[in-house]
Amino acid sequence: MPAAYGYFPGCSLKGTGVAYEESLLTLFRLLELPLAELDDWNCCGATSYMSIDERSAFQLSARNFALAHKANHRDLIAPCSACYLVLRKTQDYVERYPQTGREIAASMGNGSLKVFQSVRVRHPLEVLYTDVGPGEIRKRMVRPWRGGRVACYYGCQMVRPYGEADRDHDPTRMDELLAAVEAPTVPFSLKTKCCGGSLTGTTHEVGVRLNYILLKEAARKGAQAIATACPLCQYNLDAYQHEIRRATGERLEMPILYFTQILGWALGGDRAALGFQRAISGRREIAQWFPKSPAGKRAEKEAYV
Amino acid sequence: MQRELKFQREANPEWARQVSERPGGEGVFSCLQCGACSGTCPLSIYMDFGPRRIIALVREGFRKDALSSQTIWLCASCYSCTVHCPRQIHITDIMYGLKREAIQERLYPRRFAVPILAQEFCAMVRRNGRSSEFWLVLRMALRSNPFILFGMMRTGWDLLRTGRLSLRRERIRDVSALPRQEVA
Repeated sequence: MPAAYGYFPGCSLKGTGVAYEESLLTLFRLLELPLAELDDWNCCGATSYMSIDERSAFQLSARNFALAHKANHRDLIAPCSACYLVLRKTQDYVERYPQTGREIAASMGNGSLKVFQSVRVRHPLEVLYTDVGPGEIRKRMVRPWRGGRVACYYGCQMVRPYGEADRDHDPTRMDELLAAVEAPTVPFSLKTKCCGGSLTGTTHEVGVRLNYILLKEAARKGAQAIATACPLCQYNLDAYQHEIRRATGERLEMPILYFTQILGWALGGDRAALGFQRAISGRREIAQWFPKSPAGKRAEKEAYV
Repeated sequence: MQRELKFQREANPEWARQVSERPGGEGVFSCLQCGACSGTCPLSIYMDFGPRRIIALVREGFRKDALSSQTIWLCASCYSCTVHCPRQIHITDIMYGLKREAIQERLYPRRFAVPILAQEFCAMVRRNGRSSEFWLVLRMALRSNPFILFGMMRTGWDLLRTGRLSLRRERIRDVSALPRQEVA
């Protein structure tokens, strides 16, 4: 049995992005890859913390690294793009400014840079692509795809500039993984354009407009759904479609899925265990594409707390 | 937007030098003003200055204009500018530096929700080690403009009925290990 991957969920996967956690855990179980949640992890700090206090922001990451180091995780999976970026940025920072790095580590009770360097921070997309691979996923596919065409949306922070999840501006790994389970994808030129992150909550009109552009372009390219790999992208694209319809009068409604939901479904995962019932928009399509099985209905009742 | 004429005596070259000496600010004087950053920025059309003009203001030392701009708060940290910059200037990190300075000097636009969210988020994570989305949004709204809560009701209901709105206050066990505030 391979060593367990460390798992850093981040705050969103326990809240609005709970379907991401559900589908990720289900998918890894189906692939027989053990995941161990980092005990007592703290928030990565996201974009807001860095806007207030840089040093403390890096100290937050330092604590997470120390925990991962203590738990002997060589790989730490961070599914949220913000967590992924912040953790990797911290590593990059202490490498470029080792003196500050040592000070940060010392302030957290360990003056060695080893704490930062012993762990490799990874995005599940990259883990699934390189450690498992499209070929293996194809071999394990048990359900043919019955859904529509999908636009793969990678978002911004996962691919830039500290990431190794995929290429900066033309990532393709999600498309390749979906192709492996026969889900047809469309070319999507805005695949790394930012969704606005927390701007939908703060400067609402601006944030919603960014998402309108993304949805409209995906629809124009013939997509009937969007696949995401970040809880914030999924939330922003999913939660404001009713507002966009009201403001523009356009009939734009499509399911916003996590790529882990699509892969998990192809590999035989249960509908409820993959969190499909958590979708806000495009629920009719989701019900058609990922139908309930009689046994699944019972399981859904139990899983839905 | 009204264009303003700037005079040399308003500039503070010393400040420009300080910014360039911060981690991430190294490249600021090598900027070509090519505009790749503003071209690729998904938010530049909503900004008072785009990222290119912010860099221009910074390196000429127009401190107050840069710090009190809305631009720095509209930056969503997508790093598109940083990876596009032909001089490899860490524009996003420079923006972060400006945000921190604007908060310290209280130069951010009043009742503007972005810096308020940042402050509330930071305070919450300092206290509990994690953020709790519902309470965070509530606090932000109460401090900036409580009326936006009405507009959020539909989305809140959608999240509630799909089991995505947690009312729990998340907190880690070992809160004593969290970084403490250094500056008052």
